[in-house]
Amino acid sequence: MITNLLYSFGGLMLFSMGLFALIACSHPLRKILAINVMATGVFLILIATAYRQIGTGEIDPVPQAMVLTGIVVSVSVTALALILACRVQETSNHSLIQRKKDDFTRTGT
Amino acid sequence: MRRYSTHNKRKRLNPVLLLVLLLTASLTILLGRAILTTDYQTERLGDDVAQFQKLSGVESPVTAVLLNFRGYDTLLEVMVLLMAVVGVWSLTQAPFPGKPIEPGPVQLAVVRLLTPLMVLFAFYLVWKGSSLAGGAFQGGAVLGGACVLMLVSELPWIKNIPSRHLRIGLLAGPFVFLGTAILCLILEGTFLAYPQGWAGSLLLLIETACAVSIGLTLACLFAGGRPKDDLSRGRKR
Repeated sequence: MITNLLYSFGGLMLFSMGLFALIACSHPLRKILAINVMATGVFLILIATAYRQIGTGEIDPVPQAMVLTGIVVSVSVTALALILACRVQETSNHSLIQRKKDDFTRTGT
Repeated sequence: MRRYSTHNKRKRLNPVLLLVLLLTASLTILLGRAILTTDYQTERLGDDVAQFQKLSGVESPVTAVLLNFRGYDTLLEVMVLLMAVVGVWSLTQAPFPGKPIEPGPVQLAVVRLLTPLMVLFAFYLVWKGSSLAGGAFQGGAVLGGACVLMLVSELPWIKNIPSRHLRIGLLAGPFVFLGTAILCLILEGTFLAYPQGWAGSLLLLIETACAVSIGLTLACLFAGGRPKDDLSRGRKR
């Protein structure tokens, strides 16, 4: 029981950190990474809830099936987002990748 | 200058980021409370799955949920994968094959040894999906890995694959899945309600087609664009 809670809260921390980074960072690559971290947290929570049943019987297959498809979908979404970010970089005038220094400061603008 | 910039940075980033941090922290606390207070032991869908397991045509509960009980969901997810490839293909052209490189003998030998094994293992995973852990998504991932291995070693025949064949491979899974669903609609009157006794074989058919499509999808996403000969006629880039 305590192990599952540990996994659940680990996933929750990943989700929150990803959410914070998603809002705080303006760089598209960081945003994509943040979404991935968030997704990993959600998967971890789902798997932990499936695993919780170990004491009473078998593992719940429904969250497992959700995570299984979710991983593949998140990979494809990441790929599409990366291609879009590359296109933005190519077509816009200012470079997104080189803007390193004021990454965190552009939150409010 | 250095000091000024850091000072400036700190002054500009503090209030907004603090607010965001505060909101995120409170959301975390709320979600943590939800995790702690939810009762996972009495309300579980696993019981329903175990009850109707026999009707699903497969022994593995995860596969049964994936393709039978929540088949609608999986059908749409396969469509999402297809849409991702459509999006990527419409945005850019693949940088593969780039300038011709000579892969080392070790790399070629490894690719030659590993790729058939990986393809075999992928279909073994699909086959095993009816009784144990495995299935279309796992098999597709291994297949995608094999394709990526061939892509990065720039085998000479990779660039000669016509895009039409790729398109057929990419569409196989979604079309077989959708076709089966429509066939069920005609035969049984309900979308994705497999006929009695045929569920096992139909699921295997769907899984095999989907594994091929998922593997190709992942490889195409890795390649990062449409093949060179795609849309080449009547259009200049």
